[in-house]
Amino acid sequence: MSIIFVLIPLGLVLVGFALWAFFWAVGDGQFDDLESPGWSVLADERARPPDEAPR
Amino acid sequence: MTQPAYAGCFHCGEPLPDHPRIGLVIDGREQRVCCLGCRAAAELICDAGLGDYYRFRTAAAPRPEPSADDVWATYDRPDVQAPLLGREGDAAVVNLLIEGLRCAACSWLIGERLGRLPGIVRASVNPATARAQVAFDPRRLGLAAVLRAIAALGYRPHVLGAADTLAVATRERRRALKRLAVAGFGMMQVMMIAVALYIGAVDGMDPVIREYLRIISLVVTTPVLVYAGQPFFAGAYAALRARHVGMDVPVALGIGLAFAASAWNTLVHSGDVYFDSVVMFIFLLLLGRYVEMVARHRAGSTAEALLRLVPATALRMAGAVRERVPVSALAAGDRVLVPVGECFPADGVLAGGATEADEALLTGESLPVAKAAGASVIAGALNCGAPVEVELTAVGQSTVLAGIVRLLERAQTERPRIARLADRAAAWFVGRVLIGAALVAVLWLIVDPSRAFEATLAVLVVTCPCALSLATPTAITAATATLARAGLLVTRPDALEELARADTVLFDKTGTLSLGRPRLERVAAFGISEEQALALAAALERGSAHPLAQAFETVAAAPAEDPSAHPGLGVEGRVGTVRYRIGTAAFVATLAGPRPAAAAESGVHLGSAGRWLARFEIGDALRPGAAGVVRELEALGLAPTIASGDHADAVAQAAGALGIHRWHARQLPADKLALLRRLRAGGAHVLAVGDGINDAPTLRAASVSLALGTGSELAQASADLVALRGELSTLPLAVRTARRTTAIIRQNLVWAAGYNLVALPLAAFGWVPPWLASVGMSASSLLVVLNALRLARRPRPLVPDPPRPIPVREARAT
Repeated sequence: MSIIFVLIPLGLVLVGFALWAFFWAVGDGQFDDLESPGWSVLADERARPPDEAPR
Repeated sequence: MTQPAYAGCFHCGEPLPDHPRIGLVIDGREQRVCCLGCRAAAELICDAGLGDYYRFRTAAAPRPEPSADDVWATYDRPDVQAPLLGREGDAAVVNLLIEGLRCAACSWLIGERLGRLPGIVRASVNPATARAQVAFDPRRLGLAAVLRAIAALGYRPHVLGAADTLAVATRERRRALKRLAVAGFGMMQVMMIAVALYIGAVDGMDPVIREYLRIISLVVTTPVLVYAGQPFFAGAYAALRARHVGMDVPVALGIGLAFAASAWNTLVHSGDVYFDSVVMFIFLLLLGRYVEMVARHRAGSTAEALLRLVPATALRMAGAVRERVPVSALAAGDRVLVPVGECFPADGVLAGGATEADEALLTGESLPVAKAAGASVIAGALNCGAPVEVELTAVGQSTVLAGIVRLLERAQTERPRIARLADRAAAWFVGRVLIGAALVAVLWLIVDPSRAFEATLAVLVVTCPCALSLATPTAITAATATLARAGLLVTRPDALEELARADTVLFDKTGTLSLGRPRLERVAAFGISEEQALALAAALERGSAHPLAQAFETVAAAPAEDPSAHPGLGVEGRVGTVRYRIGTAAFVATLAGPRPAAAAESGVHLGSAGRWLARFEIGDALRPGAAGVVRELEALGLAPTIASGDHADAVAQAAGALGIHRWHARQLPADKLALLRRLRAGGAHVLAVGDGINDAPTLRAASVSLALGTGSELAQASADLVALRGELSTLPLAVRTARRTTAIIRQNLVWAAGYNLVALPLAAFGWVPPWLASVGMSASSLLVVLNALRLARRPRPLVPDPPRPIPVREARAT
């Protein structure tokens, strides 16, 4: 069981990394608008013929 | 083909007029629109290759206002734009609030449109807050061009200036999100370890590993407590300094004591730890507060738009010279010229001439009020009769409008009654718990000192008001989220409780039950065809700022020559070689001679010299689905009543069509207030539904109030509930959800209180080890939360949903 003396601190380091990434994303404004970026992906494909519009 | 379409106008979704059929061809298919403004907007959007907007939007577009002349030009003057623009390198930055922004497709449309202007550096539009930030090269593009481009699409931009108060809200939200993340991540880690510890407590565990796991828990919980739990400690400290025991005090005490005991036990290698309870409690409470904050921000951001009712510039008269100055430069005693179609920039009295003012936003009168020389006018009212000179009596912060805004701000910052009650209850409860714990400690010290700490801690943990304090907020949060998905914002948490109790609905008419816009209902032509009569009427009314002229907007016609407006009477003009008059019967009679029997006294008349040509009946169309909503509310046991500022005929007609028996016409704000007081004195719980500034006092005085989002932004700021899509149909849903919410709150409170009543004596007698107390507390809290989450399921509607986008079946010919 002594492996947990390594694995749990390692897990905490990973959690710390995830938190740092999340803090960066919040500070970067990634959570300020959760709606329009999703739509912009669909809307940019202007070459598609109108009959193949998404359902 | 699955392109979304609306039962009404292709662009704005409003009902189509019967008379002129206006259409345009989009993607090889004929689409009908309701007016020329919508056609222009739809053409503009499709010609720019932005037709995708119609495919992806989730709400109909705003109806473009017919633009009389260019109101944006003044924004290019250096003295006007200087305080509004920020700098970002070489680029100028401006923050805009965009009225009419309803869905993600709208923000895409505006972003794309702006992106195609030469000189735009960056344009970001946020649909959640209805804000846009535009950076542009001031040498290549003017601010006016930016605003004009947005206005041409049918939206109404308001310049917020360089420093936006939204930045404060954004910072607050980001901080809360970070706290939530720390608490959430911490909770996952600590709970994982807690499972191992609980199993170890039952099955046996190597003491070294047990101590190791506890130390890890302590290491993870400490930052969660210090960083994520900080608002609770700050709140408790503030409450104690103000010498009262708020809800934050028991929370801070609970997590503080549980953490201190756990940390101590970890360090001395004995007793039990409750780190899992601490982090879970912090996370759940933060989650509730976060959802509440987001709802509050959305409601609050619209309040700012109110002050934009006042124009940015005004024409000041200095002797015979006129100059356009920023409104901030005006002073009492100045004389300003207010052209037709502009808002009065400040309060004042008419220095000469007569006009009509549309004060609908302030008084609720659906028709303009005649103003003679010497009459007082208020800032924000629309001048729609004739150009007039106004001597200003009050400017800026001393105007009536600013006063209303201040009143609303104060009303918003007041603590709701239920929150004060909850605080008092918590204070009472916490006080008793502390006394009880002290008593238990003393008794155990006498009986058996070795078990005193354990028993006291069990009492403190088991009675931690977690479940009790979670009972109400979680249920309200879940209900708030459900309603937000349906387009209804709850801006005051205790609104739901009042809504569940409501037994009377007080509707405003104009703009609430009706669309608040004149519509042509019937044409009676005498000797000419209806089409001819309509074309003549449209020609005369073209360019008139009178609200009734909107009824003829849908008819294409070249404007009449040398038109002259007669305030309170009508318009005279020349089409071809013939002079025509349109307006009241008396006004037309002076040109056309005595009124024939076919032309009734009421309505709008058209005539030429010696000849009566037509009579138009103009009404305010009811909102689609309003009758169904009234019926459904009655089925829910709410008695509908109308109180309107409009005249008796119009109100009676609307009441008849909706099947409402109780109505009151010609109600000034003071009358509505008196009516409300009478109803409430009779024991009724009144839900007030309105849309205008005139409703603000009524909405505030009612037990609970709802504002329709398409109306004035001011009412939204003061209302307890805001229907964002301006749909009445969400009202029955709100009532049903509110009733379910109060039922669930009651269940939660009964459960939490019952649990504490049973657990407290057991813990006091030392029969509950602290670890079991902590499991009991967590389980009790969890049960309360899960019960509240049942509200997140949308209740089954009694009637099918209102017509949302429906597939196109046919292309109607124009």
